[in-house]
Amino acid sequence: MYIKIFQNVKRFIFLILLQVMILNHVQWSGFVNPYVYILFIMMLPLETPRWFVMLLGLITGLIIDMFGNTGGMHAAATVLMAFLRPAVLRLVSPREEYDTETSLSPQRMGLKWFLTYTTIMTLLHHFTFFYIEVFRFSEFFITFFKALLNSFITLLIILLGMYLFGTKQKNERFTR
Amino acid sequence: MRNLFLFLWRFKYFILFLLTEGFCFILIFQNNNFHHAAFVNSTNSMAARMNETVTNFKEYFNLKKVNNDLSLENSRLRGLLPQAYYVDSAEKKNISDSIHHQQYSFITAKVINNSVNRRNNYLTLNIGSLQGVKPEMGVVCSEGLVGIVKDVSEHFCSVMSFLHKDSRISAKIKKSGYIGSLVWDGYDADHATLKDIALHVQLAKGDTIVTSSYSSIFPEDIMIGRVETFESKAGDNFYDITIRLSTDFNKLSYVYIVTNVLKEEQRALEDLQKNVH
Repeated sequence: MYIKIFQNVKRFIFLILLQVMILNHVQWSGFVNPYVYILFIMMLPLETPRWFVMLLGLITGLIIDMFGNTGGMHAAATVLMAFLRPAVLRLVSPREEYDTETSLSPQRMGLKWFLTYTTIMTLLHHFTFFYIEVFRFSEFFITFFKALLNSFITLLIILLGMYLFGTKQKNERFTR
Repeated sequence: MRNLFLFLWRFKYFILFLLTEGFCFILIFQNNNFHHAAFVNSTNSMAARMNETVTNFKEYFNLKKVNNDLSLENSRLRGLLPQAYYVDSAEKKNISDSIHHQQYSFITAKVINNSVNRRNNYLTLNIGSLQGVKPEMGVVCSEGLVGIVKDVSEHFCSVMSFLHKDSRISAKIKKSGYIGSLVWDGYDADHATLKDIALHVQLAKGDTIVTSSYSSIFPEDIMIGRVETFESKAGDNFYDITIRLSTDFNKLSYVYIVTNVLKEEQRALEDLQKNVH
């Protein structure tokens, strides 16, 4: 239990620092700004109460907003994602039910499951965020393209990160 | 009553969702509103200091360009010094100038956070209200226009970059004096669109675009950029003009904040007109 809390706090700090110190400063081609910090909300343990997930979404979003001067846009998108998390989890649930101890890593749940889950969540967040950012329909298609491109890059970074840093969980499975 | 509570309890998560989203949207609209300081912004000291650290690292990568720009500007300013003029009369007269009041003064600032890749970009500068910065002051650099100050804290201020969906700058074609408004369409950091120039205006590729005298924020004749392409669409009375911006927003490091000394006076006079009608 405490190990799990510690792991999540560690992940929270790491992802926020990664986002605000490195990814926010990538000024490449003017279109690329991936938001990897949402992985924190996706990876929260299954037994986290729903209200707490939403609260964490709000806090995470506000911290990112503070650094990027986006004034609540990240918070709005992340809260929506956190609110819909149980529905998405139900949608992609594997044949056997989740047991509450399961960690939501690709090593534990399988790459296909993990990819479906993160893709849906990332698309939800990015489309909400980019449309709130533009806030007008005259730029509908360019925003659509931007959201899609950045979702793809975010997913790529998430997958890369999961396989670089996620090896510990693999051992956990064998010891269980 | 009990049923009502039971009903509400069933939708507790949805209600919580609506409340938090409502809170977020209040923050967003507050941030869009120019006249209220945003609640969540990067002028608070923790975020600003962290951004400053990152920028200090990044600065090393474009030292060469910054040096070059500053020395270019130095040489230009050196050319304006009295020593640089050839004195053709033996006796030099000093005239104490009481006709020209100084209207604009400039404060130097360092950019500690900057972005160009969003639809709405902001900069953070390392000076704030203690140095006399106030919201709605203009920001320029040696190459041209940068943006407008939005929020101010004691030691920092955040600037709405020209690369923002709400920025609209009154711009003038230097050659002919016609005035249009300049907006950023969000495609890349080097180009902007000049609107409201009527079809009878003579235009050429490379025409200089500068700020007009209509704005109380920027001085007149601050460089904005050059005309890159222009075309007239069928059935439209105005040109579609693409401007290549002279400011390189990717590499901003030192900027000047413009203080208009007479702004309050102008504003007060204009408000008087509004109240009459």
